Amino acid sequence: MEGVWTLLSFGPEGWGDNIAKGVLLTVTLALATLPLGLAIGFFVALGKRSNDKALRLAANIYTTIFRGLPELLTLFLVFYGAQIGLQKLVHLFNPDANIEINAFVAGMVALGAVFSSYASEVFLAAFRAIPDGQYEGGHAIGLSNGQTMRLVILPQLIRLALPGLSNLWLILLKDTALVSVIGLTDILRQTGIAARVTKEAFLFYGIACLLYLVLAMLSSIALGAIERRTKRHGVQR
Amino acid sequence: MSANGTIAVERPPEVKQGWTRARIIGVVLLTIWAALGLGVLIFMVNAWDPDIFARYAPRYLSGLWVTIQLVAVSVICGALLSVPIALGRMSRNKLIAGLAYAYVYFFRGTPLLAQTFLIYYGLGSFRPELQAIGLWGFFREAWYCAAFAFTLNTSAYQAEILRGAVESVGRGQWEAASALGLSKLQTLRKIIIPQALIVALRPYGNEIILMIKGSAIVAIITVYDLMGETRRAYARTFDFQTYIWAAIIYLGIVEVLRNAIDWIELRITKHLKR
Amino acid sequence: MLISRRIALALPAAALALAVGSAHAQDTMKLKIGTEGAYPPFNNLTADGSLEGFDVDIAKALCAEMKAECEFVTQDWDGIIPALQAGKFDAIIASMSITEDRKKQVDFSNKYYNTPPALVVPKESDITGTSREDLAGKVIGAQGATTHATFAETTFSDSDVKVYPTAEEYKLDMVNGRLDAVIDDVIVLQEFLDSEDGACCKVLGTLTPDEAIYGPGIGIAVRQGEDELREKLNAAITAIRENGKYKEINDQYFSFDVYGD
Repeated sequence: MEGVWTLLSFGPEGWGDNIAKGVLLTVTLALATLPLGLAIGFFVALGKRSNDKALRLAANIYTTIFRGLPELLTLFLVFYGAQIGLQKLVHLFNPDANIEINAFVAGMVALGAVFSSYASEVFLAAFRAIPDGQYEGGHAIGLSNGQTMRLVILPQLIRLALPGLSNLWLILLKDTALVSVIGLTDILRQTGIAARVTKEAFLFYGIACLLYLVLAMLSSIALGAIERRTKRHGVQR
Repeated sequence: MSANGTIAVERPPEVKQGWTRARIIGVVLLTIWAALGLGVLIFMVNAWDPDIFARYAPRYLSGLWVTIQLVAVSVICGALLSVPIALGRMSRNKLIAGLAYAYVYFFRGTPLLAQTFLIYYGLGSFRPELQAIGLWGFFREAWYCAAFAFTLNTSAYQAEILRGAVESVGRGQWEAASALGLSKLQTLRKIIIPQALIVALRPYGNEIILMIKGSAIVAIITVYDLMGETRRAYARTFDFQTYIWAAIIYLGIVEVLRNAIDWIELRITKHLKR
Repeated sequence: MLISRRIALALPAAALALAVGSAHAQDTMKLKIGTEGAYPPFNNLTADGSLEGFDVDIAKALCAEMKAECEFVTQDWDGIIPALQAGKFDAIIASMSITEDRKKQVDFSNKYYNTPPALVVPKESDITGTSREDLAGKVIGAQGATTHATFAETTFSDSDVKVYPTAEEYKLDMVNGRLDAVIDDVIVLQEFLDSEDGACCKVLGTLTPDEAIYGPGIGIAVRQGEDELREKLNAAITAIRENGKYKEINDQYFSFDVYGD
């Protein structure tokens, strides 16, 4: 078994450096998806709370689609479908132009769409937990709608939504594994290549699982710290 | 209130009518959805080819059947397996509780795709050992490997659902039942489970939906489920409508299930409505 | 806080930047070449992450011949045609057979090699021939979305044909003993048998390629209508055949001329 350490080393013989790059890509992709997913999720939640029927319907269509499709299929639809669609659109204006969505952006958009449709439900539940009196109170002291949202509602909303969002973050971290199928060199793809080439499948897929576990643990620690901080603020109020 | 009869009433603000900002945004977004839907429809009509449909429709159906079988087997086996795990999680014995926690943490903390690869390719490399204990026949088949991986995965999630549901029923219920002279088993069966089921219904439903969506990855380990048939049809025809058909079928199943859960929930919580 | 927020905003913005460029650059031609990187000895990735193999060397020779600046992009096999159509690269040099089905989607250069398919079985296998009857009830592995998979599914209709995303995976499953036979290009299989893991297996026999399925050989795929690029590639293939460059590369990998007749 001394071969194991050679296989995992960072030299040209080993796969350590490839796998480390994979970890970096997984983390980068998840971090890049997060703000996109949160922002869209928040606006979709606002849409669902709207008094306007059309807006509610538009928001509900969004979540129905992206929560109903398998993540893998969403990824294919974005990676191939959106690319072909965009290409055709661009060619209408300029037949010579070439538009390219790279796999990273496709992964980010697909994962962001899935994340945001779940996040909108979390935000929606958090919104429901904030009593109307908070809005009325905000208006009563002369704050505008936007100010009420920003200064009164959002701080409470974040605290209420945090456990749900933490959960979604952990799911997102795992879902990034799917991008290995569209050729992004994330943890699973790098370990998969190593497994196929070296035929040490158990070793390398086991390492992939361990790496995801470590990422999940680190996230849990960080999220726990954030949650404690927001709770402290909550009590001080 | 003034004496001369004119009462000054602070009216609530008028409900805005007509084209508010929300309505404009809503209509714009709906138009985009409609345009996208129309685009897909036009694409599908243009790409319509009776030959392709005749050749691949039966394959999609058989793929769908594989998906349903796989999910049904995994969810049912996972439910059975989740009971001891949930009991382990609630155990007072630190060792048992720790082991159950590690199990749940592992399967919830790693991607299903990685677990499936680990079992299919990883365990596959221990063929002599597996043959020695007579399990190779099981692990030889991709379908069984997938069902096995999914069962382990969903059992971890279901154990947490079960635990959450049982713990949601207050201590007082146990105490009251024991005061009435019910045994532990009777209490569980007659008092706790009926209440826990109401809490657990929605998470269970969501878990089934997640499994249906998650099962699409078995296509990567040579199982021809709905996604596998889709990929095969696409590889043969290079026609993007193959993926759109799959999307429609998956969306249809998930929506039917979601509405079924809503309906069941409405039925079993009737007594809670006032 | 301010800085970290700025980074958080800059990241997606940078990632969203779409590369919009012209397909016809005027000065030195810039080409992106798509290949799979999992099909030794034609194209595969090494532990240091670089590409090697016959396809890769031929591609480099063609680029040198055309005085083009080439960049390689690896892409999984079953998505390689859509990726070409979507403009992720300009040509596929990845041992792709020129078939009628594919011609509906992409244009092909002339062939740059042509080798027959073969069946490989475990050494202790009881399969004796390569007919449909010989393989009835057996599990045959092939790479998905390939001519070999199509051939196996039509020819060995009484067998269970399992398809894998890459050749490496059916090899893994062959070594693991899940397969009774695998079908692929004879050279790819020979390379496998020569490797450490190939000790399990032997060549059962080469098969007569069905022209309707296999086509005239292996070509370079380009987007439909890109005749200029296709002609340049054809000229370059002819040129390296004539100036000995092809033979030089061929002899590094094979003991016979894979170009066929």
